[in-house]
Amino acid sequence: MSRHLKQRLGYTLLALAAMAVVLPILLVVGIIVAEGAPAISWEFLTAMPREGMRAGGILPAIVGTVLLTLGTAVFAVPLGVAVAIYLAEYARDTTLTRLIRLAIINLAGVPSVVYGLFGLGLFVLFLRLGTSILAGSLTLAIMTLPVIISTAEEALRAVPQSFRVVSISLGGTRWQTVRRIVLPQALPGILTGVILGLERAAGETAPILFTVAAFFLPRLPRSIFDQTMALPYHLFVISTQVPGMPVRIQYGTALVLLIFVLSMNGLATVIRSRFRARRQW
Amino acid sequence: MKEAPKFRLEDVSYTYDGRSYALRDVSLSIYPRQVTAIFGPAAGGKSTLLRLLNRLNDLVEGGRMEGRVLLDGEDIYRPGLDVTALRRRVGMVFATPVPLPMTIRHNLTYGPQLAGVRDRRWLEQKIRESLEAAALWDEVKDRLDDPASELSGGQQQRLCLARTLMLEPEVILLDAPTSGLDPISTAKVEDSLQQLKRDYTVVIVPHNVQQAARVADYAVFMLQGELIEEGLGEELFTRPRDQRTEDYITGRFG
Amino acid sequence: MRERGRGKERAVESFTERLIRATGILVILFLVLIFLFLIQEGGAAFLEIPPGELLQTRWYPNEARFGILPLVLGSLLVTAGAAMVSLPLGLLTAVFVAEVAPRWMREVLKPFIEVLAGIPSVVLGFLGMVAISPLVREFLDAPTGLTALTGSVMLAYMALPTIVSVAEDALDAVPRSYRDAALALGATRWQTIWRVTVPAARSGILTAMMLGIGRAIGETMAVMMVTGNAARMPLTADSFLRPVRTMTATIAAEMGEVARGSTHYHVLFAIGLVLFLVTFLINLIAAWSIFRQRRRHGRLLS
Repeated sequence: MSRHLKQRLGYTLLALAAMAVVLPILLVVGIIVAEGAPAISWEFLTAMPREGMRAGGILPAIVGTVLLTLGTAVFAVPLGVAVAIYLAEYARDTTLTRLIRLAIINLAGVPSVVYGLFGLGLFVLFLRLGTSILAGSLTLAIMTLPVIISTAEEALRAVPQSFRVVSISLGGTRWQTVRRIVLPQALPGILTGVILGLERAAGETAPILFTVAAFFLPRLPRSIFDQTMALPYHLFVISTQVPGMPVRIQYGTALVLLIFVLSMNGLATVIRSRFRARRQW
Repeated sequence: MKEAPKFRLEDVSYTYDGRSYALRDVSLSIYPRQVTAIFGPAAGGKSTLLRLLNRLNDLVEGGRMEGRVLLDGEDIYRPGLDVTALRRRVGMVFATPVPLPMTIRHNLTYGPQLAGVRDRRWLEQKIRESLEAAALWDEVKDRLDDPASELSGGQQQRLCLARTLMLEPEVILLDAPTSGLDPISTAKVEDSLQQLKRDYTVVIVPHNVQQAARVADYAVFMLQGELIEEGLGEELFTRPRDQRTEDYITGRFG
Repeated sequence: MRERGRGKERAVESFTERLIRATGILVILFLVLIFLFLIQEGGAAFLEIPPGELLQTRWYPNEARFGILPLVLGSLLVTAGAAMVSLPLGLLTAVFVAEVAPRWMREVLKPFIEVLAGIPSVVLGFLGMVAISPLVREFLDAPTGLTALTGSVMLAYMALPTIVSVAEDALDAVPRSYRDAALALGATRWQTIWRVTVPAARSGILTAMMLGIGRAIGETMAVMMVTGNAARMPLTADSFLRPVRTMTATIAAEMGEVARGSTHYHVLFAIGLVLFLVTFLINLIAAWSIFRQRRRHGRLLS
């Protein structure tokens, strides 16, 4: 077999592999959109569930997921960006820095259900927050941290070093340089990372199983110490725990969840591409 | 001529990695109100020396200096010294122009504002003075609020010079400031230097021997981290004492 | 120049800087805390139950039988199945994206793969239940579609985004000059890919595979929804076509119903501890090759 024939066959194989990855994604999204769209109505989005969740809407689950996402952001964004600033702008290559990086890599790999156990142990029981939005948000925040840290650090490092040198040479302190030059320049990149991190948090089920999620709670949460329903858990419940569930409602819930996370994904992509087009370096 | 030196380097050595030395036992006096040119082949320690004068080498991880650097008789490496204040006294212009990603005006006010200057009238006045001194005022006076990145390379470099002047420094360090510029822009920058040396101490790493000969009141020849020869510009370029200096000036190496 | 007193600003600044430094330590603290809480809540299991009994083959919590062996093997089986699909598929796709695909196709493919990473596992699990498992049942003539195989397929796709993007980065980081040198010596692009580029990126690819496997072994919801959750020893030849139960699914399914402080509760935490340690080990290997890579780059640069 000639070398070039071999190459052509090889390329075909690679293209097939890529198709084997991409087509199922299209299929998944396509099926859920096609099957779920008929279920979406104003009532579905704005009403409480009725008849053991077999009718009515999913409003409390939507609100719960929005609240949990916001709660995650409140804790994870400042902390994650601060760690990223530390690693990108302050840390020298010491044993401590290496340990921190190692910890981040490992935090990223901790199974989501283990985060659930940890949240149960630390926030729900030890700190006595109970199963609450607060406990769930904190758990999700720690899970989200590695994503935010690593993307934010990357965004900070992408800011040209020469800007820092110039700012320092003009009598700037390190912090002034970070705050006035580096952070504003890295902001779109950081924002992209934050959204991708929150997207993951919004779609997670295992960490909220034992820390916040309510099986069935047909009212809106009253405070951050309240339990709440949430879209991912709700989808899990109605597809495995409730007999006689209309499949239409299952697909509808899946579609709402999918739209929620994929619109965050889209937002991140838009921010990234506009920023690339506009930046001056 | 024989007033007190602005800078005094005493047995200064510098290493980036702790093994090889970028500078070895350099002793040198730099006098005010003249242009001191530090020249020599690449990797001779010129930029390293320049960056020791405003402690920009502090940013280098693993770098270490030996010896003393005195500014007006005061050790600028002594513990407790306010480094940001030092860097305002000793301004710097880099080889490639780096306009900060903001408007022309904000590039100029950036330094003073870091130092806490809020006085608008003073800033406006100073913007004009600095741009005039850098021979840029006429070209940008109507577009101060445009992004600095829209200027041409030569204009950007003069903006960087003006930005340094905004801080009213005592010393201006220029690290091959015309290396990326066309001859006309180069001439403008060199003209500015001749004006500036009336008020400032100017230290320049020129980007070639010809420029060194053109601008230097006092010249310093560096080779592989060592100071080979120093002297008044006209003497050193016409009657070098060291064979290596002569070889370099006449273009036999480097 | 007229300066204003910056005393207060300096104080705020040094406070902020100290705070930022402290956050770095906080990250380490979180990891340690996770470990400590798993030990505190799960450690009791090893006291309450003789170790020999934990290694039994039967998991019937209602009869106080806490053999975690079927769960461990269940996780291994499903993960191994996922790895067999996702490792080659992920590598080939990464090579396609990094080395073969034209620029416009890259720009389309990469966000696409990111979308896959963003699809919540519960959505995939749901679809696995309603769409894939009937297929499995019919085509393979199995008694149920909720099998280890179904779980492996789901897991493979959940691990793919990690594998593809990390491996693609690694391939992308191989210097252009390596490829040019090989091509100049008369190699075809195909030969260059497999003899030069992929070997040069091997530590990054190893990292990608480790992270992918780590992701698969810790995945919970999708696995729980499609594997049928029967805690049986997957030792027979047809194990892939029968229901299985993983460690993650066991925790997720049972933690909600156990009494706090009971033996069952402690054992679930102990399973969490095992999971944590296994993924920790896998991530250490991944991290080790990342660090090694960085050192080598460092040497090249200096």
